[in-house]
Amino acid sequence: MQDLTEHFVELIRRTSTDLPPDVEAALERARQAEADGSAARGALDTVLTNVRLAREKSAPICQDTGTPIFYVRHPEGWSTRRLREQIRAAVVEATRHAYLRPNAVDSITEKNSGNNLGDDAFPTIHFEEVEGSDLVVDVLLKGGGCENVGAQYSLPNTDLGAGRDLEGVRRVVLDAVHRAQGQGCAPGVLGVAVGGDRGSSYYASKEVLFRRLGQPSPDPQLAALETRLTEEANRLGIGPMGFGGKTTVLGVHVTGMHRLPASFFVSVSYMCWAHRRRRMTVRGDQIDIA
Amino acid sequence: MRPITLPFSDDIICSLKVGDPVALTGVMITGRDAAHKWMIETCVRKTRPQSDEDAQVLAAIQPLLAGGAIYHCGPVVAGLETQEYRFVAAGPTTSIREEPYQGDVMRHFHLQAVIGKGGMGPKTLAACQEVPGVYLHAIGGAATLIAQTVTRVLGVHKLDFGVPEALWVIEVKDFPAVVTMDAHGGSLHARIENESRAALEKLLAG
Repeated sequence: MQDLTEHFVELIRRTSTDLPPDVEAALERARQAEADGSAARGALDTVLTNVRLAREKSAPICQDTGTPIFYVRHPEGWSTRRLREQIRAAVVEATRHAYLRPNAVDSITEKNSGNNLGDDAFPTIHFEEVEGSDLVVDVLLKGGGCENVGAQYSLPNTDLGAGRDLEGVRRVVLDAVHRAQGQGCAPGVLGVAVGGDRGSSYYASKEVLFRRLGQPSPDPQLAALETRLTEEANRLGIGPMGFGGKTTVLGVHVTGMHRLPASFFVSVSYMCWAHRRRRMTVRGDQIDIA
Repeated sequence: MRPITLPFSDDIICSLKVGDPVALTGVMITGRDAAHKWMIETCVRKTRPQSDEDAQVLAAIQPLLAGGAIYHCGPVVAGLETQEYRFVAAGPTTSIREEPYQGDVMRHFHLQAVIGKGGMGPKTLAACQEVPGVYLHAIGGAATLIAQTVTRVLGVHKLDFGVPEALWVIEVKDFPAVVTMDAHGGSLHARIENESRAALEKLLAG
């Protein structure tokens, strides 16, 4: 089995320092939509200048380099134990190079480990064996400010008039956006999971954040809901950084899950504008990062 | 953008209004969750005894806080091994977590500016009117850009809190921020919260 450690370091560097093109383009469109001289326009000018500067200097876009979340899809025959060791070694190395901030804090002793290694969930690594011969590794760096404004609702919710249907989902998602205000570094991207249990629902709401902006749900009903939620969230007027303005969210991704008859959870994961995600594909000797 | 040199005077603070862009030059200190809890417990409310080290750190930071600014920031710092510290990425963190402490810290230390993101609530706004002080909003996530304005790292206290939570003493030049809470009771955050609530109610009507 190949030692991919140095490639994982490069994957982390690219993710932390270079925003994906679809996100940068969405921010540019948002900038153009705001009035000249407005606080919103100024905020997005700064955001986009920072994105370019971070790329040039190979420095983190945001100092909160977040929880590194890896999704590893591997063909039969790969050792997940060794892949885990390599990913953890790469995280330490990336921290040493200041691509990542040391972020792993023991909640009981308050000690920061200093190298971004915590328990088995830090960094978070998901493995799945798949058909074919390609090894595909997705990574997301999700900061704490936006993680803190994520929300989970158990429907029905009387206060919001939200029943157990897509209209109920719409109501709670808009409530979550209002509650977040600018705290999650708007304009953000929403990952929404409908169904599951409390754990699987949140998990799916993060996974759906890997979808490219502008790529709708394959389910036409959910695709329509995504469009409507994006448009309505932006009508709230919270705007970039919560300064007021036209763009509060860059996009909304919704996924459906099975649930127990008794439960109807809606989980909302809020991703900040610094939507740092990248994919590495290993095909024999060929290794690409996109 | 209005250039301001630290420390502040009451006249400067009172002349600032919600919406004013500013560029700060001078020395400031970073402090976030652990720092605020520590300041409150060992110094403001004195709910636990001050160690000698606590007293030394407090004596060192008091002159910086008086008439000065605290920056809610957990930076990425290079040079940790050589102690030749350099800020690589240093955007603001979410300020609202300090809402239980901030007003008391402002009053106790005569702290006149709080820099962060996302804004703060009524307790901090009341302290801004009393001290007087302002809340300055930096652009969340603009970490590389803001790090460029940090010309020197002058020192660090409480590094045992970890790199993000330590109190870093920094010299800045033209640090960019916008006044979003002023000494006259104005708060952009309260206004946007109310306006967006009205918009939400309209969307949920029926």
